[in-house]
Amino acid sequence: MIRQFTSAEFMFLLMAVRWTLLLSAIAFVGGALGGVLVALARTAPYAWLRATAGTYIQIFQGTPLLMQLFLVFFGANLFGAAVDPLTAAAIGLTLNGAAFLGEIWRGCIQAIPKGQWEASTALGLHYVTRMKEIILPQAAKIAVAPTVGFLVLLVKSTSLASIIGFVELTRAGQIVNNATFRPFLVFGIVAAIYFVLCWPLSLYSRHLEKKFGTVSR
Amino acid sequence: MTYVFQFGEVFNAWPELLMGALLTIRLSAMAMVLGLIVAIACALGKTAGPRPVRWLVDVYVEVIRNTPFLVQIFLIFFGLPRMGLRLDANEAALLAMVVNVGAYATEIVRAGIETIHKGQIEAGLALGLKPLQVFKNIVIFPALKAIYPALTSQFILLMLTSSVVSAISAEELTAIANNLQAQTFRSFEIYIVVTAMYLAMSLMFAAAFELIYRVVFARSDAAR
Repeated sequence: MIRQFTSAEFMFLLMAVRWTLLLSAIAFVGGALGGVLVALARTAPYAWLRATAGTYIQIFQGTPLLMQLFLVFFGANLFGAAVDPLTAAAIGLTLNGAAFLGEIWRGCIQAIPKGQWEASTALGLHYVTRMKEIILPQAAKIAVAPTVGFLVLLVKSTSLASIIGFVELTRAGQIVNNATFRPFLVFGIVAAIYFVLCWPLSLYSRHLEKKFGTVSR
Repeated sequence: MTYVFQFGEVFNAWPELLMGALLTIRLSAMAMVLGLIVAIACALGKTAGPRPVRWLVDVYVEVIRNTPFLVQIFLIFFGLPRMGLRLDANEAALLAMVVNVGAYATEIVRAGIETIHKGQIEAGLALGLKPLQVFKNIVIFPALKAIYPALTSQFILLMLTSSVVSAISAEELTAIANNLQAQTFRSFEIYIVVTAMYLAMSLMFAAAFELIYRVVFARSDAAR
């Protein structure tokens, strides 16, 4: 028997958005923490540290996110830690996000004029003080726009968690479609919800780009 | 840890994996070429077209860039047959990839066109060239050269994203891996090998793009 698409089905989709948002939030916080480390390692004074971080970025940007999710999901079970799809997706997206944010923020750190580095070194500031007081606050200003842009990518990426069985918005759409056989309607609504989440972020990112692009450069 | 890694089953299936990788490369390469054509047309429409065309291109670009690829595939694969357009999984995958990469590339190509100095276009028009001739002979080549790195990294991203089309069981690399996983239960071994294959393919595409740059654009470098 084919179910009708009613307000109950619509509410089911709408309620699934919280899982998309939760996963995005976890992955963003995790990815940001990891991203800071990757960015600092990429700009570190030690060659081996820069190379390690470079390899990390190359691996995570050179392979599909879906494969990374599969490897975390099936890999964790190998080590005897049975992870649920949410945890696996959160870990996978965190590792992936750390690589992307690390590369974005590396660019922001390196965009700080060389004179700032030299002046702070000449003043005898320690690495930690130099980064914390001089470099990172300036880099943060340039970093806002591309970071918001990354957030759009992240929200869209959480849809891949549906493939390892986490019921977020896309998986909810598949479930409803399997019951109602109204693919255009169901996935149209799913797409519209993603659009409502992502579009304001895209516009905001572009607005920030214009604002900071003209002021600080 | 008591798990014993066994790669035997994975390497027994090597021919299938290779076929899958070839389909991934073929789908990606076709989507890149077709996507670039879509992008050039849309970027032209966006910069020089009448208002409704500009508006349509905007809607296309914004809608695609702000929704997940996976949902776009589902709409095309499950939705289009309902409208009477029957596509097999590989065709639907290709269509979804072209539509997707076309939107991203439109923005990139448009940015490239904006780097062309207005005087160049005016000079072309003053020489009596028609607007399309100006676009073809003066604008597009240096525009593509300016955005070549951004365009090619977008293309490599497309190749990686193509693993998502396994969700509608197109027969590319990830789908082959999924089948193999279901038969042998050697999931970790399979996915680690396939991940390495993707890494190799992205390096390969990067090398190919470098080569293409030398062949296509190097002459204009030398001329300067």
